Amino acid sequence: MSDLHTELKKSIIEQLNLEDMEVSEIENDEHLFGDGLGLDSIDALELIVLLEKDYGIKLTDPNQGKEIFNSINTMADFIEKNRVR
Amino acid sequence: MSKVYINGVSSVSPQSEEIFENQSSKSYYQHILPALDQDYKSMIKPMMLRRMSKAVKMGLFCSKKALLEAEIEKPDAILVGTGQGCMQDTEKFMNNMLESKEGLLSPTSFIQSTHNTVGGQIALDLKCKGHNMTFTQNSVSFESALIDAMLQFQNDDINNILVGGVDETSYEFTGFQKLDGQIKTEPVNNLELLDSKTSGTIISESAAFFTLGTEKTTKSYAELKDIEIFNSIALENLEEEIEDFLNKNNTSVLDIDAVLLGKNGDVRFDHYYKELQEGIFSDKCQVGFKHLVGENNAVTSYAFWLASKILKEKKIPEIFKLNALHCKEPGKILIYNQYLGKNHGLILLHSL
Repeated sequence: MSDLHTELKKSIIEQLNLEDMEVSEIENDEHLFGDGLGLDSIDALELIVLLEKDYGIKLTDPNQGKEIFNSINTMADFIEKNRVR
Repeated sequence: MSKVYINGVSSVSPQSEEIFENQSSKSYYQHILPALDQDYKSMIKPMMLRRMSKAVKMGLFCSKKALLEAEIEKPDAILVGTGQGCMQDTEKFMNNMLESKEGLLSPTSFIQSTHNTVGGQIALDLKCKGHNMTFTQNSVSFESALIDAMLQFQNDDINNILVGGVDETSYEFTGFQKLDGQIKTEPVNNLELLDSKTSGTIISESAAFFTLGTEKTTKSYAELKDIEIFNSIALENLEEEIEDFLNKNNTSVLDIDAVLLGKNGDVRFDHYYKELQEGIFSDKCQVGFKHLVGENNAVTSYAFWLASKILKEKKIPEIFKLNALHCKEPGKILIYNQYLGKNHGLILLHSL
């Protein structure tokens, strides 16, 4: 697991108040929404803010969200390719 | 209009709900009292719980308990009284604004910072699409919600209403109340609060919710007769206003068995209560509650919880008594409260 994967998991736990969850409990390919982690639309807003705040990535096309926020792996890939900090 | 019964009750406060039975009180040496932690996970899903502030947690927890007791799954309406609303989330997003220099903000705390978050979250959890209203009227917020409940019951389609009062404290914002003298400056033990001779009081957080219904059940606590609020009353007119309120309800001071007073140890305004204690209610059992649970804008919901328990159990625990008079079988209770000499509220309850 890369540092970015771990960093992302830590940020998600903190930002989304997943109080009882450990980094090790989130699988890299686990769905973040729906059946997986069970995140909802308010969490999606938090993730958009997280991308911009921590990595300087501004999502211009809301339709991209579904693909990017599919799992930790897809988020990490997108960040690697687009990060400005 | 049909009669209105209190069929389910629940409270969260700086004291345990068992205080009524075991009279074991918690003593504090601080000016801001937290509500006791509850087993919130037993009633609220962890994924819902994670982003709830204390007011939402307390409100939803009490709501579910009050509905469970009354065996009502979904009420016809949800009415909430809160003077300060969701202060913790307001403080959180304002701190975020400062930290990020008005840059990017976390949306959750902003979304949940409104006063009606508690009512909204209760409705979401219960999947209740009925009338949902939040009243923010300083210290008569809960009374205002009760007035709406009585009005709603005039509608034949409304049989059960969830009504409650809730207020939370937050680290910075509650402290601001020190600036205008609402909070005492000297150290004080809450159990000695009512003997205080200084200005200010102790602030707390609490919630109490009730299932009101038009049907009397085997579990019913009491009957809610009437509520009245006044923005201001001159001290010399206080007794007359109370007598008028009682007369309007075909009763009189003579019929009242116990009076619950919102005395809070603030020397500037406790004379309103003293006037009644030494006047028309001098020979009645006088009951206090703020020396145990502190002051907040929705704390009369705690008084309502206490009155309901007294009328059902037909006893007044010593720990709440302000005088030595014994009330053998409490049947009619009047709750009177004001804050900073304004927003006076009267609530009349009868035993079944």
